[in-house]
Amino acid sequence: MAITFKQVDFTYQPGTPFETKALTDINVTIPTGSYTALIGHTGSGKSTLLQHLNALLKPTSGTVTIGEWVITPTTSNKDLKRLRQHVGIVFQFPESQLFEETVAKDIAFGPQNFGASEADALKTAAEMLALVGLDESLLTRSPFDLSGGQMRRVAIAGVLAMQPQVLVLDEPTAGLDPQGRLDMMEMFARLRHERDLTVVLVTHQMDDVANYADNIIVMDRGQIVKTGTPREIFKDPAWLTAHQLGLPKTTAFAHTLQKQGWQFDEWPLTEDELAAAIVQQLPPNAMGEVAAHDE
Amino acid sequence: MMNKLIFGRYIPGDSVVHHMDPRAKLLLSFCFIGIIFIANNWATYALLFAFTLAAIYLSGVKWSFFINGVKPLIWLILFTVILQVLFSASGGHVYFQWGIITISQLGLINGVYIFCRFVLIIFMSTLLTLTTPPLELSDAIEYILMPLRAVRFPVYEVALMLSIALRFVPTLMDETEKIMNAQRARGVDFGEGNIFQQMRAVVPLLIPLFVSSFNRAEDLATAMEARGYQGGEGRSKYRILKWHQRDTWATGCFAILTVALIFLRA
Repeated sequence: MAITFKQVDFTYQPGTPFETKALTDINVTIPTGSYTALIGHTGSGKSTLLQHLNALLKPTSGTVTIGEWVITPTTSNKDLKRLRQHVGIVFQFPESQLFEETVAKDIAFGPQNFGASEADALKTAAEMLALVGLDESLLTRSPFDLSGGQMRRVAIAGVLAMQPQVLVLDEPTAGLDPQGRLDMMEMFARLRHERDLTVVLVTHQMDDVANYADNIIVMDRGQIVKTGTPREIFKDPAWLTAHQLGLPKTTAFAHTLQKQGWQFDEWPLTEDELAAAIVQQLPPNAMGEVAAHDE
Repeated sequence: MMNKLIFGRYIPGDSVVHHMDPRAKLLLSFCFIGIIFIANNWATYALLFAFTLAAIYLSGVKWSFFINGVKPLIWLILFTVILQVLFSASGGHVYFQWGIITISQLGLINGVYIFCRFVLIIFMSTLLTLTTPPLELSDAIEYILMPLRAVRFPVYEVALMLSIALRFVPTLMDETEKIMNAQRARGVDFGEGNIFQQMRAVVPLLIPLFVSSFNRAEDLATAMEARGYQGGEGRSKYRILKWHQRDTWATGCFAILTVALIFLRA
């Protein structure tokens, strides 16, 4: 499902003294099957935009097209429930949405709301728990007995259980340890391929953006200031700094090397690319030295 | 949903009313509600209105805020007024009578008086909350309750609970909104269906809210202890309330108003 924004404006509490404009003239398309990263400084409107992706918020003006749904300011809530099944949102700190007596029931809650029978939903729950890398023995436990990382996985399983076509992740790794963070990001990348998902990731981790995303939307003060591939976005460090954003560690390192006289045809995004680019430029005998040193 | 509620919000400003001592504002607001009941004729109500409007004018807050403050209560007010008009004892000229329903001159006048009372009380309390930050209000309440320590009333604890509660109202509101959105994304319909369906839809909202409140309370208590909190006794204060000359003036005006009301009373 492609998601298209056309001249979307959004204002919080319009017509009151507390009116604040959050989005201005948003025109963008999130293509089907893409891994889109939404980045921007805190308060740039990322979370507001995110809530438009499954019509939790409706635009104050303009239209949002999600698959076959067209959402205008006057769209009624009645027609939107089906849409929510197709676009699963994992909110920040999703562990706070758990409430059922057992993990199984909590994961089954989403599918049941969309009409699945209890037996089917519980079966899906067991599958989803395995998918997010937790042991089946947890199914009968109370979600409040689990560790923070496990709770988050259960919450994510609850969203995946609705079998969404678009998966929206709002800082899914915030507050996790490095290993948990890596596991989770790998899990999303795997799921994307296994289930043909369109993924939208909101994050402040430029390394994750460089490693996983193929499309980037940069926001600043409620507007989209740039869209493009990671390579296009990360080639200009000065521009990123001006918008209070950083570079991935690998690209930053390459920029430092360049100041020392190294040459890069295109900026490396992942560690592998960086290593390859460096190896290429080493004199042949240096390689031998490194190898000898390793031994 | 909750955003439309103006009542109880603080609007930062830089006026005489904003700079008044919160104790003075709180006590005078209470007194105002008391002296409204002295009024019983047109002259006294006119005087009260003049006083209220002058206070609002001095605060520099927009009129629309006050109108919005009355709006949510308008049905309650009209309901009371209509009951008063239809069922009060007959007096003066009787315009209409049918069974126990009587519309009389006295009834109509009483209805208007009650309407005025409601509006005045709402205006004054809205003025108090719009111009006083919640924390200052809780400081004022702590100060005013101090004499109750003589009867072993736990003033410090109550004041602490009050200021913590006030501090966490917006946080809890945000949390509510967040969890609501997360559950809506999982297919919950809030506010739809019959009463039982609606009540069931609240469960996925209430349980996470309670759980997060428990966790928050535990974290907060730990953090407070770690910073050396051992109870209210013997603490010094960071925010010190100061009684200025303007507070004395305001109290003076209030006294004059009260005396004038008693004189003008029929």
